[in-house]
Amino acid sequence: MTVIEARGLRKTFGTTVAVDGINLHVDEGHILGLIGPNGAGKSTALNAILGLTQYQGELRVLGREPWTERELLMRDVCFIADVAVLPRWLRVSQALDYVEGVHSRFDRAKAESFLAKTDIKPTSKVRELSKGMVTQLHLALVMAIDARLLVLDEPTLGLDILYRKQFYDSLLNDYFDRSRTILVTTHQVDELQHVLTDLMFINRGRIVLACTMEEFESRYLEVAVLPDKLAAARALKPIHERQVLGRSILLFDGVDRQQLAALGDVRTPTIADLFVAVMGNPASQSQAHAQGATR
Amino acid sequence: MSTPPNAMPPQSTLHAQPPAPRAIPPTQVFLWSVRRELWEYRSIYIAPLIVAALIIFGFLISTVHLPSKMRAAMALGPMQQQEFIEKPYDFAALLLMGTTFLVAIFYSLDALYGERRDRSILFWKSLPVSDVTTVLSKASIPIVVLPLLTFVITFATQWIMLLINSAVLIANGMSVAPLWSHLTLVHTFFMIFYHLLAIHGLWYAPIYAWLLLVSAWARRAPFLWAALPPLVIGVLEKIAFNSSHFVSLLGSSVAGPDEPTSTAGQMSMDALTQPAPSHFLLSPHLWLGLATAAIFLAIAIRLRRNREPI
Repeated sequence: MTVIEARGLRKTFGTTVAVDGINLHVDEGHILGLIGPNGAGKSTALNAILGLTQYQGELRVLGREPWTERELLMRDVCFIADVAVLPRWLRVSQALDYVEGVHSRFDRAKAESFLAKTDIKPTSKVRELSKGMVTQLHLALVMAIDARLLVLDEPTLGLDILYRKQFYDSLLNDYFDRSRTILVTTHQVDELQHVLTDLMFINRGRIVLACTMEEFESRYLEVAVLPDKLAAARALKPIHERQVLGRSILLFDGVDRQQLAALGDVRTPTIADLFVAVMGNPASQSQAHAQGATR
Repeated sequence: MSTPPNAMPPQSTLHAQPPAPRAIPPTQVFLWSVRRELWEYRSIYIAPLIVAALIIFGFLISTVHLPSKMRAAMALGPMQQQEFIEKPYDFAALLLMGTTFLVAIFYSLDALYGERRDRSILFWKSLPVSDVTTVLSKASIPIVVLPLLTFVITFATQWIMLLINSAVLIANGMSVAPLWSHLTLVHTFFMIFYHLLAIHGLWYAPIYAWLLLVSAWARRAPFLWAALPPLVIGVLEKIAFNSSHFVSLLGSSVAGPDEPTSTAGQMSMDALTQPAPSHFLLSPHLWLGLATAAIFLAIAIRLRRNREPI
């Protein structure tokens, strides 16, 4: 079942093109990571998907047009846009009351049982909570809503590593199942590596890479090349080369693992490694884009 | 594909079946949104309550001289007697109404601006509440909630004053008869109720709607943006046509409808003592004002839909 379908999605601010005609297809039960540098158009694309901004092109989220049907769409879609959006004057109990009052799919008991596992008191105001606790509260509210699409825009920005880990653990263990879909953008990509099922790089408003995590693991390999094998390795056309402690690390796209094992230690690159390779290399960028577009 | 909102996809067996979604009537969403405003802007009820407390406190102090003054007033004619007795009660009502008007102005200016400034608009927009519901619930605070609240507080304040007044007179061995006969509180309460609903609710609606519009639009300094255009139009009109129709229009918008017996400025108490509901309801100014308010609110709704945090 299709959750998000975009064709030629485009958004301009004056002469600046924020989203430059992207095609997107997300099926139910996937966790898609949308990764890109600052100003790449991630948030604009998410805003269009959430009905917060007007756009050109075709876009359907759960079969609805987000801009004209935001209110209806929000019955099935949740989002955490940034950690700072819960109003500071709000009490925890008021937040529960209000969401219960306006949202037909909110299960208050579920939110309360999640909050019981934290240090958050029902009488606390948001302004009295630490940044990590505010995110926990927001997550408790969102996880208690039986939504079909959850959109997370930099959900763990500014949190320490314990909260970040807890955040994704809760999401995976207590929330995610095959009938739900999660779309997440973040700069802390490495923590997401084992969370995602799908990966998408976006730059200057265009999708420059799109693959499933299985494809990612089979397609991309990184080799710490032995000094005397460097010329042979370079002949296999690595998409990126970097130096770490005097050794050359070469990143290959679609080269056989056996063949690479002869050149040095082979490992699966991190998303960050691939991100640097794709974003820092204009030639491979257009190549990856061509492959991404064929999906 | 168009899935009706209540149609559920088959759930994974790993998770327990969630409770069937309750259908939430739009009125409930609206009432929760109004309640939300009262949580956020507690000054809506705290400010008039503080003023009421101050009025009662001041009145309590003034009762020190009450017996002697009352004796002096008894020597006067019935008209002066009535004036002397009613004065503090009218003053209390006026003060509370003035407070409400100020609270309403500051509320309206911040209602759609504050949520963008603290970025909470993104949270509110993540819930299935339409911009129409949100803006109308915010507009209902100055137009409906504040007048009703002020009525209740004024009612209570005047009764407490009357009880204090009576207690002091009895303690001094004086008759409370002149007090109770001159003070037609029941009549006055109807007047205050009418005044609050008619003037503070309906007549001022375009002012509040304009402030809400500016509050939805301004990136900074909504107060300035709200005050500037009327000022500029007034000055331009004066320079270009040497007339001041716009200013007098604004003046009557704030001062209230022209009652047959009153002039602008004296409005408050005259409207209180001599209400003319038919005259008021037939006034074209009222209906033009309400139409303007509706247009301003429609623009505010459109603006909120487009607006992002600032």
